[in-house]
Amino acid sequence: MSSAGTRERPTGLTRELIAMRVARELRDGMVVNLGFGLPTLVANFLPPEVTVLFQSENGILGYGAIIQEDARFDQDRINAGGQPVEIVPGAAFFDSAQSFAMIRGGHIDVAVLGGLQVSEKGDLANWLVPARGGGSIGGAMDLAVGARCLVVAMEHVTREGEPRVLEECTYPLTAVAAVKLIVTDLAVIEVTPEGLVLKEVAPGLTAAEVQAWTGARLRWTDPVPEMRL
Amino acid sequence: MEKVFPSAEAAIADVFDGATIMFGGFASAGSPTTLILALKHKGVQGITGIANNIGIGDRLDDLCESFQLKKMVCSFAIRASSAAKSRFEQQYRQGLVELELMPQGTLAERIRAGGAGIGAFYTPTGVGTVVEAAKEKRTIDGRDYLLEYPLRADFAFLKAHKADRFGNLVYRYASRNFNAVMATAADVVIAEVDEIVEPGELDPELVVTPSVYVDRIVKGDRHVIRWYT
Repeated sequence: MSSAGTRERPTGLTRELIAMRVARELRDGMVVNLGFGLPTLVANFLPPEVTVLFQSENGILGYGAIIQEDARFDQDRINAGGQPVEIVPGAAFFDSAQSFAMIRGGHIDVAVLGGLQVSEKGDLANWLVPARGGGSIGGAMDLAVGARCLVVAMEHVTREGEPRVLEECTYPLTAVAAVKLIVTDLAVIEVTPEGLVLKEVAPGLTAAEVQAWTGARLRWTDPVPEMRL
Repeated sequence: MEKVFPSAEAAIADVFDGATIMFGGFASAGSPTTLILALKHKGVQGITGIANNIGIGDRLDDLCESFQLKKMVCSFAIRASSAAKSRFEQQYRQGLVELELMPQGTLAERIRAGGAGIGAFYTPTGVGTVVEAAKEKRTIDGRDYLLEYPLRADFAFLKAHKADRFGNLVYRYASRNFNAVMATAADVVIAEVDEIVEPGELDPELVVTPSVYVDRIVKGDRHVIRWYT
């Protein structure tokens, strides 16, 4: 669909703005797990009227802001990304078996994960770039099958301009038919049984332009609104 | 039933070449660093390690300095970013050490099953991915599951905050993670702790790991590890 190298990568939202848009999906009282990287930024953009409990798969329900002051660093008080975090009133700690019972058992309302590729059926690939080898699974496969709603936050195309939203993933999968919503620097796309529905476009872009950077067919109803931030 | 040992060296004196050892911890939280460094000093070879991670906020990577590891069973070993490679990753890429990678929740539940007398279990995690290779797949109530077997070890090395002389353990913040699960699943369970107290000093309502699981206790040295994604 795209022709890599022959055109400029589109200018879309920054990582912070992608996170801000994801934060708008969160509702008061939800239990939310944020994956490594871009998804961790979502915690910074919660609307003030929304209180959620952040779950971290290393055994915390109820962590808060990342602690910046070195003097307050505590190696036992970290989230799954190793970052030192505040513990909110009403939090609970638990072991890893309990944590994944919580995750697989459908007790997490929303998981936000980073992505390498998403297919039009909602397959997610996010744990291994074949050319690099190795890879790490961590909690991603359990979160993808267990969370009630899986949101993927990622850049719409690779550094080389190749689409990441595809008819079929070419990288090894994390989970099959799991993704419900894709939020990128260019668009918000819903995964439905009928295929991908373009819900919103980044400011300054048209639906046709987003389609041109996407490796699967998008459906939409004109006019497609701008992303709400 | 004296469980308190005078030193980490004494507590691990019977660890043998070729042993399978579980190591508690999740990145920097609850990693049994004193025992790991004693194992490094002892120099036993051919170890199969079972841990959530290696080379991220733990000192397990030190065991690669003199090639003590034959194999690691874990969920997180190779970092996706182009960050500095751990010794483990270098040795893995040279074919000098084996890696059995699995989803974190599957790892936790396999250990839980190993400690709980469960013969095997079915999990939805990994269906449709490389994880399902050579595994029995069964459809139960319309959903696909993979058959997974329990994990046990010759030794488990744990880190807890306090132990009483009977071996009851309590943990700080997010440090119980895999420690509390592995406590149940090894023939010899060795806990390093910040403080050893008399029976009766730990509130029985707050004990996380009951004494029956713990064979040996040793006071650990303080090791601060700073590691972030």
